[in-house]
Amino acid sequence: MEFALSEEQRSFADSLRDLLTDRVTIDALRRHAETGNGFDPTLWDSLVDLGLPGLLVPERFGGSGLGVLDAAIAAEVLGSAAAFTPFAGSLVMATLAFIHGATEAQQDEFLPRIAAGEVRFGVGVSQDAHNATAVIDAGAPTHLLIYLPDGNAAVIDADHASLRMHRSIDRTRPVTDTAFDPERATILNAANAPIVAMQRVLDAGRVVLAADTLGAAQHMFDAALAFVKQRIQFNRVIGSFQAVKHQFADMVTMLEPCRAMVWYAGYAQDALPDEARLTALQTKAHLGDVGRDIARMATEAHGGMGFTDLLGLHYWFKRISFNRQILGSPEHCREEAARLQGWT
Amino acid sequence: MDLTLSDHHRALQDEVRAFVRTHGHKSPKLGGGRKRPDQKTRDWQKLLVDHGYVGRTIPREYGGSGLPPDVLESAVIAAEFAAAGIYAGLTNQGISMLVPTLLEVGTDQQKKQWVEKTIRGDVIWCQGYSEPGSGSDLASLSTRGVLEDDHFVVNGQKIWTSSAHYADMMFLLCRTEPDKPKHEGISYLLLSMQTPGIDVRPLRTMTGRAEFNEVFFTDVRVPADQIVLGRGKGWYVANVTLKHERSMIGNAEKMTTRLEQLITLLKSNNLLGTTEYRDRLLRLQGEVIAWKAHNLRLLTEAAQGVDSGVKRMIIKYGGTMLGFRLASLAIDALGAAGLPFESAGEDAEDDDATTWNIDYLYDVGLMIGGGSNNIQKNIISERGLNLPREPKVASA
Repeated sequence: MEFALSEEQRSFADSLRDLLTDRVTIDALRRHAETGNGFDPTLWDSLVDLGLPGLLVPERFGGSGLGVLDAAIAAEVLGSAAAFTPFAGSLVMATLAFIHGATEAQQDEFLPRIAAGEVRFGVGVSQDAHNATAVIDAGAPTHLLIYLPDGNAAVIDADHASLRMHRSIDRTRPVTDTAFDPERATILNAANAPIVAMQRVLDAGRVVLAADTLGAAQHMFDAALAFVKQRIQFNRVIGSFQAVKHQFADMVTMLEPCRAMVWYAGYAQDALPDEARLTALQTKAHLGDVGRDIARMATEAHGGMGFTDLLGLHYWFKRISFNRQILGSPEHCREEAARLQGWT
Repeated sequence: MDLTLSDHHRALQDEVRAFVRTHGHKSPKLGGGRKRPDQKTRDWQKLLVDHGYVGRTIPREYGGSGLPPDVLESAVIAAEFAAAGIYAGLTNQGISMLVPTLLEVGTDQQKKQWVEKTIRGDVIWCQGYSEPGSGSDLASLSTRGVLEDDHFVVNGQKIWTSSAHYADMMFLLCRTEPDKPKHEGISYLLLSMQTPGIDVRPLRTMTGRAEFNEVFFTDVRVPADQIVLGRGKGWYVANVTLKHERSMIGNAEKMTTRLEQLITLLKSNNLLGTTEYRDRLLRLQGEVIAWKAHNLRLLTEAAQGVDSGVKRMIIKYGGTMLGFRLASLAIDALGAAGLPFESAGEDAEDDDATTWNIDYLYDVGLMIGGGSNNIQKNIISERGLNLPREPKVASA
């Protein structure tokens, strides 16, 4: 038994972190927030060079064949940098939708192109098989992957759908409404139990968004800790006041177990089918709640500076809000966990 | 990342399961009062020691099994006992605190004299640390030990002394070097509770029970060679001990068991259909999942010999708060039906409502004892996060 990241996992995270430190500076983040759509071709190319798009694609289709835990590790780093790039939808959910629901021929057509970074999917869920709202990663998609009410997924060329992009509260990640004609879609209907396959994909997305929140919350915590160690008032660094110190003790006591929880939920997606659904739903819900608390307390610890645009801390605050609201709020996820356990 | 057990640990798991099948019926009941362990409990304790489930890593010459430390082995054993609802052995302060301390800093003579008897349940210890005027600021303690001939003569008062009313021995902190700075003037003594001049008075707590005592010392003579490590070294020795106490509290198995009991309670009271109760239960389930995963992470780091730092320091604070919130939901679920409170006394089992109430009340004590949660937050922020220490106020 070993509940820890492997050498390879740590070194992949380090490479991704180094790349993002270089590319996602606060100035680049501001520029993207002003004018961007959640997709930056230059950043994307460097992520392709690193192999990020092929992370979950099986090796026979040109990817690395890794699991949801590895995607969660990457998401933590992306969240920590507030990276403006498609990931949870386009690279995790879409890839898994093909793995769990597509025919061999459909996989052969799309998975190698996902791994090569040639296609990008906006991902959403449709209630009526013609429209979908709050589609993620759809600022500049080549395709849409929309789950239909029967649990099968429709793959639509972006040119064949109408797309209406909304800039969201998180200016680095838009949400998109779409109307599409299912007659012009490729339907991924190879799963024996389509609803189960769809839930599996949604759950993987939830774990990855929770991991993104973990990274963003850790970033805000680290920034706040550094701030209170150097900000002087009353002739003392404010981090020497017990009221401040105790807030940090509260934050770290909430946040640190979240990392183990995210790892566990990722591992459960890959290796513990009996626990996979419950841990994904609970992890999404818990990180939503802890993320909000950390975002609020870390901003507060910065005093007035935290409220200004000068430090840019609000980008992470809003990223955490976005993650909380998409793919089920904490209350929604917990209610689904209740149904899963036969409690309602 | 791999949660499967190695062949070695699976073999141990099979062995423990076989032990539980063969001997499980001899186990005393879980919980049940704060009294001197009875014959059945002591027999069971010896069986556990003889099978290597207690004192597993303690050297053979001191009564243990002398096996190399392996936290995963301990976790496998603990998990099997918990799953079977079997008593995993005494968890008194002698076993959990004094024994590890003596093994770390005691003389060979002290280890030979005390370790085996203590782990087998033949000698019960109590801890003489806190005083009425020295709680969180333990190092300010004022119970005096004055060397006269070859004895320390002890005068003063201790408080919060669990099990002092039936203990055979006490490990005691007292001030033997009054002229030295406060941390350097303390010594750690071992003394018999039968020594003349000791007066033990029960201290009733908010649970309605007397979990603690006050202990008064009047010219109590302790042989000078019953000191651990030497004069003025008591603070260092006590910190070795406290390290062992803090890691004890807040374990994940207890959380899991309590959550399961809570789910059963809400089901049987038909409260899962009420959104507010259901959502509170689900929130706590999420936190217990996080807590268990965190525990697995700490376990792995301990097995790898990694110092977990702040990840370990949050355990006592986070664990006692989570435990209290679990008990709080149970109290709320019981509602008016949970108000009748009939503690059957220290030797008997209580009804469910009373048991939840006692857990609920006792958890408040756990937040205070062994380093209160405000002190824990100082430790987390100062030692764990390197925030500046409180400025020292000059003593009056």
